[in-house]
Amino acid sequence: MDRRVFVKSGALALVTMGLSPSFLRRMAYGMELKGTSRGKTLVCLFQRGAADGLNVVVPHGEKAYYDMRPTIAVARPGQPSGAIDLDGFFGLHPSLAPLKPLWDQKLLAPIHAVGSPSTSRSHFDAQDFMETGTPDVKATPDGWLNRLLAVQGTCQQCEAVPFRAVAITSQTPRILEGPAETVAMNSLGEFSVRATGSDAERLEALYRTGSADLIHGTGQEMFDAVKLLRSANPQQYAPRNDAQYPRSQFGQRLMQISQLIKSNVGLEVAFADVGGWDTHVNQGNGTGQLAGRLDDFARSLAAFTQDLGDRMNDVLVLTMSEFGRTARENGNRGTDHGHATAFFALGGGVKGGRVYGRWPGLAPEQLNEGRDLKLTTDFRTVFSEVAVKHLGATRVEKIFPGYTGGSQEWLGLV
Amino acid sequence: MSILPSVLRSNPLRRVVRGAALTAAVAVTVAPAIVAQSARAAIPVAPVVREQTADQQIMQVLNRLAFGPRPGDVASVRAMGVDAWIDRQLHPERIDDTEMNELLARYPLMQQDQNALAAQFAQIQRRSRVARRDTAMQQGAQSADLDDLKQARRGRTQLLGEIESARVARAVASDRQLLEVMTDFWENHFNVFAGKNPVEPYYLADYDRVIRAHALGKFRELLGAVAHSPAMLVYLDNARSRANPRQNTRGAKQDALNENYGRELMELHTLGVDGGYTQEDVIEAARALTGWTVRPPAQGGGFIFRPQWHDTGEKVFLGHRLAAGRGEQDGEDVLDILARSPATAHFIAHKLAQRLVSDSPSTALVEAAARTYIRTDGDIREIVRTIVTSPEFFSSHAYHTKVKSPFEVVVSAARALGAAPDTTARTARAVAQLGQPVFGHRDPNGWPESGDSWMNTGAILNRINFGLAVAANRLPGATLSTWPGADALSAAPRAAQVDAVVSSILGGAISPDTRKILMSGEHPLAADAARQAGAPQLTGLAQVVGLALGSPEFQRR
Repeated sequence: MDRRVFVKSGALALVTMGLSPSFLRRMAYGMELKGTSRGKTLVCLFQRGAADGLNVVVPHGEKAYYDMRPTIAVARPGQPSGAIDLDGFFGLHPSLAPLKPLWDQKLLAPIHAVGSPSTSRSHFDAQDFMETGTPDVKATPDGWLNRLLAVQGTCQQCEAVPFRAVAITSQTPRILEGPAETVAMNSLGEFSVRATGSDAERLEALYRTGSADLIHGTGQEMFDAVKLLRSANPQQYAPRNDAQYPRSQFGQRLMQISQLIKSNVGLEVAFADVGGWDTHVNQGNGTGQLAGRLDDFARSLAAFTQDLGDRMNDVLVLTMSEFGRTARENGNRGTDHGHATAFFALGGGVKGGRVYGRWPGLAPEQLNEGRDLKLTTDFRTVFSEVAVKHLGATRVEKIFPGYTGGSQEWLGLV
Repeated sequence: MSILPSVLRSNPLRRVVRGAALTAAVAVTVAPAIVAQSARAAIPVAPVVREQTADQQIMQVLNRLAFGPRPGDVASVRAMGVDAWIDRQLHPERIDDTEMNELLARYPLMQQDQNALAAQFAQIQRRSRVARRDTAMQQGAQSADLDDLKQARRGRTQLLGEIESARVARAVASDRQLLEVMTDFWENHFNVFAGKNPVEPYYLADYDRVIRAHALGKFRELLGAVAHSPAMLVYLDNARSRANPRQNTRGAKQDALNENYGRELMELHTLGVDGGYTQEDVIEAARALTGWTVRPPAQGGGFIFRPQWHDTGEKVFLGHRLAAGRGEQDGEDVLDILARSPATAHFIAHKLAQRLVSDSPSTALVEAAARTYIRTDGDIREIVRTIVTSPEFFSSHAYHTKVKSPFEVVVSAARALGAAPDTTARTARAVAQLGQPVFGHRDPNGWPESGDSWMNTGAILNRINFGLAVAANRLPGATLSTWPGADALSAAPRAAQVDAVVSSILGGAISPDTRKILMSGEHPLAADAARQAGAPQLTGLAQVVGLALGSPEFQRR
């Protein structure tokens, strides 16, 4: 936490102390116990609609890939709108060019043939399973990101930091549902009381008066949180290093996450999602529909990385999608619901510059149910490695109940 | 920081309210032993002392068996008597509903029957197939097809908007308030999700009709109606559950036994998660229900039993043997067994008591309600009667203690202001923005009945901003301009404004501190600053209303 913010919110804590022993005091402790609050942030980005991993991280060294996708394959490196070669076998979709420097700096690690072991091809179920972290179990009440925070009992001081977990979404996403306090907001600007100063004060007084029940207590925390956000003033952090965020919703959401990180409000877990990946029709190859989505995706991530600069050492971005798409193109020059796909890990702590995951091949007998990229890495393997190594989680069995793969399965990407 | 220190150090509200309840103890009312029209008048019941004052009892029934008072409601309940009012609400068929029929006429899409709606969906499917095929053949503008497709999609959005809007509007305006509360309860208990797949929205209007029809009827009939409803069959995948998986030529899996509905039927709809069933019972229930499916949308999309999908083998379900070689009856037997189980009686009794009385109802109350369930063979009207005429319902610790759900916040605000029902989708959208979209809960467990679950910092903030938006006349469904007497009040002294707002929005009882805050007038300098910041400028009556709707007191019922 930088000193200016400390002084501001420290003063605020003194004012409210004894009235509501709120997180501000714990926040102050947290700042003293720097070792306890690790200052690390995990950013999870969900590509809703099932992103076509085969056209994102392109296996250009695989002949079967070109056989199965006569019109939508991304051309080999060197050809017009061809893939950007990574390692002689895999290449990035040309629209992901903004990510290539991050690969070169070893910040970016693609993970291939990863996903959920559930055979569900329903967006609804599969997203649910990936967010609860429990494939094929529908009764799980909470999301794994929330459990991650809830079972991390070691950090008493950060227990009630209001911005410990933030989703830049209109409603709390499934992945963040659960016992730990989380905030969902469409934008930072929205997290304020929309009233004149004196009315806001009166409303606050209504919550500071009276019984110490849940409503009053939560209301007080909310007013404290709004003040903390205002004093930290994340919007003052204009993008640095000439970072240019796309004006898209996704780009703007990433910018807000970056602002929250830079304003030191105790953000440990952030979430945003982006749609438009359900490319059943006219998916395109090096150009076209998917290329457009990837362009926005890559430029947003590149701007985020550039904007955060050295802070990327404390930040790990993990992208995910509920499943992949069929290896063969369909009759509509698109792809249908498949199985495994590709994720990305990005950050200073990531051992990038390498494609992770065992490649299962695309020959007919190597496909899942004869039609999709086979799964070789359970998404929980990736998530648990990141949770443990990046955020210091200790109780993987609580975060991913029922998951039997241990640390020996980890890919070593962090 | 400019919180008034004097305010902060004064008496807690809770103590004041409790104190009021105590002093009022002298005036406790003795409830009639049993209401005149009870079906069970023969059973002797001892007179019970009600802890709540007469005024509190009126507020209690209006907050729990209705979505909060409208202007004039308190007076009419007082005139009728609390117990007579309850009995009347338990018999919605005796309450005139002409106005609601007129209101519903303003929802043209929703009014269509299931066949017509399913046909509409089939047409959309056909169009989108055509559009996809054409765009696949030739990239670029296929404007005619795409326009068709867009229009069809707009139709779906409009239909869903009507369904959501009607749910909210009826809760705001219907005189059959308990029926609305129970509809809300059962649609949540038997949760379905509009976003399940493209066809689900086309089943929801019918689902709402089906649930309403049985909301105060027999539980077994409600359960059966839900089990036959396309909305549930599709949502929990029973529609595609079948005995014998077929292999297609590419070796891909075809539909087979799907346990989804069988499991939720027990876990969420009847026995409860600890209701004493095993994974074997889940499979047996699912087997018994194979063949319960829906017709293709082009053929009306309604329920159909397909014998060729049914598993005709013998089943043993919860210790009951279902003989081999039967058909649809297997599923009916499963529903019978579940509806008759004491575990179901307890589960339903507990959940109803949670909705109507408190987050943690006493064992005694739950058992009394469960006994009524068993005695009346699951008569919901009588179970509810047991609960809402119990001493616990009228106890002081059950008064004003439930946290409102977002639906209840919005509807009670609209009612408090005497708003005309909003037939646009905007009020329903406000409910969604507060976190509870109608038919928008993805998972089968529904929204929490325990009010506390609705409380978090974001929720409070959204609720406060909702109250401010209402006060600033930014919601068609609930505006200050429709509030009876607003014109006269706007010129009245602040004290009169506060009195009126307290009595109609906050149920009459507030602490001196809350009152003091409501009384304090606007500060011209702060107002200037806010104008620059773009926040709505509230003055006079609107300001009092905005503060009241955003207050902690308004978040409870």
